[in-house]
Amino acid sequence: MFYREAGQFKSTYEADSAKFPIFQDKVFIWIYLAIGFFVIPYFGDEFFLGAIMIPFLVFTLAAIGLNILTGFTGQISLGTGAFMGVGAYACYKMTLAFPEVNILVFILLSGVFSALVGVFFGLPSLRIKGFYLVVTTLAAQFFLEWAFIRIPWLYNYNDSGAIEVPQREAFGVIVTGASASAEVRYLVCLAFVVIMTWFASNLISGRIGRQWMMIRDMDIAAELMGVRPLYAKLSAFAVSSFYCGVAGALMVFLWLGAAEVESFDYNHSFEILFMVILGGLGSLLGCFLGAAVIWILPVIIRDWLPPLVETLTTITITSSTADLVSDIIIGVMIVVFLIMEPHGLARLWAIIKQKLRVWPFPY
Amino acid sequence: MLKKMILGAASIAIAGSVYSTTPAFAEDTLYIPSLSYRTGPFAGAGTPIANGFADYFTMLNERDGGIGGAKIVLEECETAYNAQKGVECYEATKGNGALAYNPYSTGITLQLIPKAPVDKIPVLSMGYGLSAAAIGDKFPWTFNYPASYWSQMSSILQYIDANSEGGIKGKKIGFIYLDVGYGKEPIPLLEQLAPEMGFEWVGFPVGVKEMQAQGATWLNVRKERPDWMVAWSFGAMTPTAVKEAAKIRFPMDKFVGNWWSGAHADLEPVGAAGKGYKAANFSGIGTDFPALQDVLKYVVDAGKSQADKDDVGKVNYNRGLFNAVIMAEAVRAAQKATGKTAITGEDMRLGLESFVLDEARLKEIGLEGFTAPITASCADHEGAGSIFIQQWDGSDWNRISDLIPPMTDVVKPLLQEAADKYVSEQTDWQTQDCG
Repeated sequence: MFYREAGQFKSTYEADSAKFPIFQDKVFIWIYLAIGFFVIPYFGDEFFLGAIMIPFLVFTLAAIGLNILTGFTGQISLGTGAFMGVGAYACYKMTLAFPEVNILVFILLSGVFSALVGVFFGLPSLRIKGFYLVVTTLAAQFFLEWAFIRIPWLYNYNDSGAIEVPQREAFGVIVTGASASAEVRYLVCLAFVVIMTWFASNLISGRIGRQWMMIRDMDIAAELMGVRPLYAKLSAFAVSSFYCGVAGALMVFLWLGAAEVESFDYNHSFEILFMVILGGLGSLLGCFLGAAVIWILPVIIRDWLPPLVETLTTITITSSTADLVSDIIIGVMIVVFLIMEPHGLARLWAIIKQKLRVWPFPY
Repeated sequence: MLKKMILGAASIAIAGSVYSTTPAFAEDTLYIPSLSYRTGPFAGAGTPIANGFADYFTMLNERDGGIGGAKIVLEECETAYNAQKGVECYEATKGNGALAYNPYSTGITLQLIPKAPVDKIPVLSMGYGLSAAAIGDKFPWTFNYPASYWSQMSSILQYIDANSEGGIKGKKIGFIYLDVGYGKEPIPLLEQLAPEMGFEWVGFPVGVKEMQAQGATWLNVRKERPDWMVAWSFGAMTPTAVKEAAKIRFPMDKFVGNWWSGAHADLEPVGAAGKGYKAANFSGIGTDFPALQDVLKYVVDAGKSQADKDDVGKVNYNRGLFNAVIMAEAVRAAQKATGKTAITGEDMRLGLESFVLDEARLKEIGLEGFTAPITASCADHEGAGSIFIQQWDGSDWNRISDLIPPMTDVVKPLLQEAADKYVSEQTDWQTQDCG
């Protein structure tokens, strides 16, 4: 009923190969965008925007970056956290050097630095794959973490060893620093995520994206058919790191406000890999779903379990217990999901959608 | 997509119900959030600190009915020593009328420093965080009583000077530190003081991943043969360092840790092997103080504490308790200055700048000899508190020195310089004129 396609005829190739071939999908996507841009900033309070939505968007962007590399090109990486760090440190150094420049320009540019570093650490992928590549990307993670501690120029010789986000403006509005309102920070994040998701989806369905997928499915066959692995693999590393770098800059500048090297450690690389696997490898929608489950669900459990249990029973749950419970629930969920639906939440949604298309008259 | 929408709608609904379930605080309460870490890698330190912090406020509620007639409402939020969860906790609690934040994590403190002037909630990072925050003119909203890391290091160096044959001149000091911002912070002071006091120093960084594998580091220590060792360690790094020092037969009474390297939890796993190891401290040891007896009587024995009775009086417990004492004294000062019982974060800031914790007041609140007197002021947010040295006797800590005041004349210019640098990187930074 929701997805009745009767009467929707495609008369051109463009219409047939559109991103959202079904009319209802087109409508829904505009509704989601309207909710994202108008409803949420209007109704969300500072906690909802600052502690739930902004991190969700940041992690979504990082997950898209990793998914381009792992889901679409088949190159597993454990260096995501460090590539995010490259973006954050690059953005910090640039904005300190040129304080009057629009910060949004630097957030985008920081992705370029991250892309360069990503290409460099992607070079081994031309020779090795699978577990061996995992090891070299993990080496990139450790090397970059080391660099963030040992090169004091990166954090401007601060005694604290941390980068502190200064107040910066874009188009006359304060975007970063403590005075920036949660609404502005959220809208900037959302704009980045929407535009970059749109760009990624076009990239993936275009010539470059098809090359990536050919490499993923069978690299020797792809090579025989004229795909150059050098360009395909390194462009995947570049684009992936670009997305991670922008996500890292957004994370520090629009969410955390200050960061030490721990904000980019390998735990984050794993966290984002979990988001991609749980959401669905090779699916952009999966990045959103994965980030939502891994980030938003624990926040909800941590904040809602203690008051809920207290009202329903006489037991008092401390916030540390709630934290442990949320870890347990998320862990169990990952295991259960991967057993029941190894292709992730995106696949689950595809099944639901297929059912909805014939509902209520399955034949 | 639909799923996303449902999820979004669910989270909006849940966010909406925040308002309905958050208890409406009555007029005369004092809301104090406690960013604790009872889980995660540093739970061993975080749990007793959170217990001591909570128990003192519970004791005030039970014994005196709160402070100035207003009950204290303490809410714990678990950060697991994770900076991201710290921000989440901050956002979740600040709207309830939080008086001040005590994050017990340098990472979280650094994130809160710029937010404090905007949200008008002061940050009290007691003996950690940004040393430069001691300069009150530049950091009106941040406090690090009773002393900054640099002040502490200068006191430790004076202790070494007084307790080695022929003074510190010509001696070699080994500095073993956790290779993050926290551990590297005293290095500028060492560089400044080494030529002035005539000692030589050599650094031994220990990466976070090598905290429990310091064999190679201590081989270097043996090669360098320092006369004294000073440690800036935390968590699992401390017992490992002490064990390794014992292994290379380093004279344990010439090994001094800072105040985060000398808790019971750090040395209990080492036991007798660590006998003689020293550490700095600023909060008294044991329960032989009237205030602690009250805590035992009204809170722990009454079953209102999460702490075991044995843990009361241990180093980290007392440190959390001392943190609560400073908070309570600041609340009192703020109440007196404003004439209100229920104060705000802004009033609390004034309180933190004006409370007086002198010998007489310490005796009055039942903590005579517990710590050095602190006089708060607008310009000096660290109070230049003195520290004492304690020694591990194989099963317990004992205080072995008098109070050692910091070398304010050396530390102050360095702090000023660091504060100026921090402020120069910020635009529209709010400072204050202390006259």
